[in-house]
Amino acid sequence: MATDDRFTEDFREAREDELLGTIAEVVTGPVADWATDFSHVEPEWAADPYPIQDDLRQRCPIAHTERFGGAWLPTRYEDVASIAYDTERFSSRSIILSNFRPPRELAPIGGSPPISSDPPFHHDARKLLLPAFTKAAVHRQEPATRAFCHSLIDGFAGQDVADAAGDYAQHIPIRVISDMLGFPPEDGPRFRVFVEDLLEGINLPPDERIERVSRLFDYLLVQVHDHIDNPRDDLTTYLLNAELYGHKLGPDHVVGTMALLLIAGIDTTWSAIGSSLWHLAKTPADRERLVAEPALLPTALEEFLRAFAPVTMARLVKEDMNWHGVDMKADDWILLSFPAANRDPAQFDRAAEVVIDRTVNRHAAFGLGIHRCVGSHLARMELRVALEVWLERINEFTLADPAAVIWSAGQIRGPRSLPLRIR
Amino acid sequence: MKVRIDHERCQGHGRCYDLAPGLFGDDDEGYGTVLGDGTVPPGQEHDARLAELNCPERAIDVVEG
Repeated sequence: MATDDRFTEDFREAREDELLGTIAEVVTGPVADWATDFSHVEPEWAADPYPIQDDLRQRCPIAHTERFGGAWLPTRYEDVASIAYDTERFSSRSIILSNFRPPRELAPIGGSPPISSDPPFHHDARKLLLPAFTKAAVHRQEPATRAFCHSLIDGFAGQDVADAAGDYAQHIPIRVISDMLGFPPEDGPRFRVFVEDLLEGINLPPDERIERVSRLFDYLLVQVHDHIDNPRDDLTTYLLNAELYGHKLGPDHVVGTMALLLIAGIDTTWSAIGSSLWHLAKTPADRERLVAEPALLPTALEEFLRAFAPVTMARLVKEDMNWHGVDMKADDWILLSFPAANRDPAQFDRAAEVVIDRTVNRHAAFGLGIHRCVGSHLARMELRVALEVWLERINEFTLADPAAVIWSAGQIRGPRSLPLRIR
Repeated sequence: MKVRIDHERCQGHGRCYDLAPGLFGDDDEGYGTVLGDGTVPPGQEHDARLAELNCPERAIDVVEG
């Protein structure tokens, strides 16, 4: 049996003893005023955040909340871009806003490098991943992705109504990323639970949240040991063998990056596919045009990414400062809303409309600056193939029941239930 | 007409090589590269402008001359 002494039983315990963060009081319940008490996990935001963001951009463009121990929400493109570019004053050491702040000593690596990393470490950790996610590299996943999309549609045979979120969109990124990481494809249903634990469970009591997050890491350790015993041509083996500064990666780095690749690729792309199908189901003119003009799809999908950008990131303020007129305190959160930036009328004409032939579209759905989504080429491929196959196989579809559409709460937004009438 | 990439700004979004594959390519890490010396052949001026106008990082310049 192969051994790798980086992954002995106690490496996580050592880390937990060293690093203690701070925990804020959990505050839930209806929002009093979005300018002073916002919460991106309340149902009103999940159902339709855009009117809230548009209102804030007008009357309070950098909103605040005391929840989560203090957080700011900029809604103008210009402010979102400034923060994304300013890694001197804003840290990425935690990019999921919650009631737990990891200690400053976690920087510059963070818990899930490179998304959680700050310069200069960030550049080197990111460089390890980039070759696996170029356009050419992800192109190799396209035939299998297309065949898998067809198999999902085959599964709708005989149904009048299909859940485009739960029975289509969700499965596509899960299959692609489990193939790339070399995880058993039958583990897919567990990944959904991990995603919900990590991204949607932010207001759970701290002990419960820690326990749920540790379930993901327990799973990843099983995969690590399987790959130590049976190395193969996939990202997990690649990370186990990768070196930085002349040494193999630390165990936290390996497992943190595996967590990132698993989680970040799933509900983001799932959301983008679902939101696009939701729009087409309720907008017959756009659906008919894309069925008639498939060559327009690459342009249209950029517009879906702009209008329904699934991903909001977070940052932590490094030091007390007055920033663009507000007094930020060290360790205040920033909710970095690329969706809000993408609907700023100062940046986009007809910002609130979905214009599927918009040819100038400098949107920020994949972020701006050094943390540009490392999987953006993969996400675009999956989104394009998922929509091509759906539109080829199912020309006509409508919302079966608009009231039955359920949107996820938190930093990743997309439909989690999307019943569509498909014939 | 010529195209240029500011490599300090480029983050590898790939909009240029998606929209104007005759003018741009990518390196082993996905960052944009200018093909040849960046001279835009006749008929590809529109592609050059599209690449410039869709770069999220404003890393692309189209220069006349």
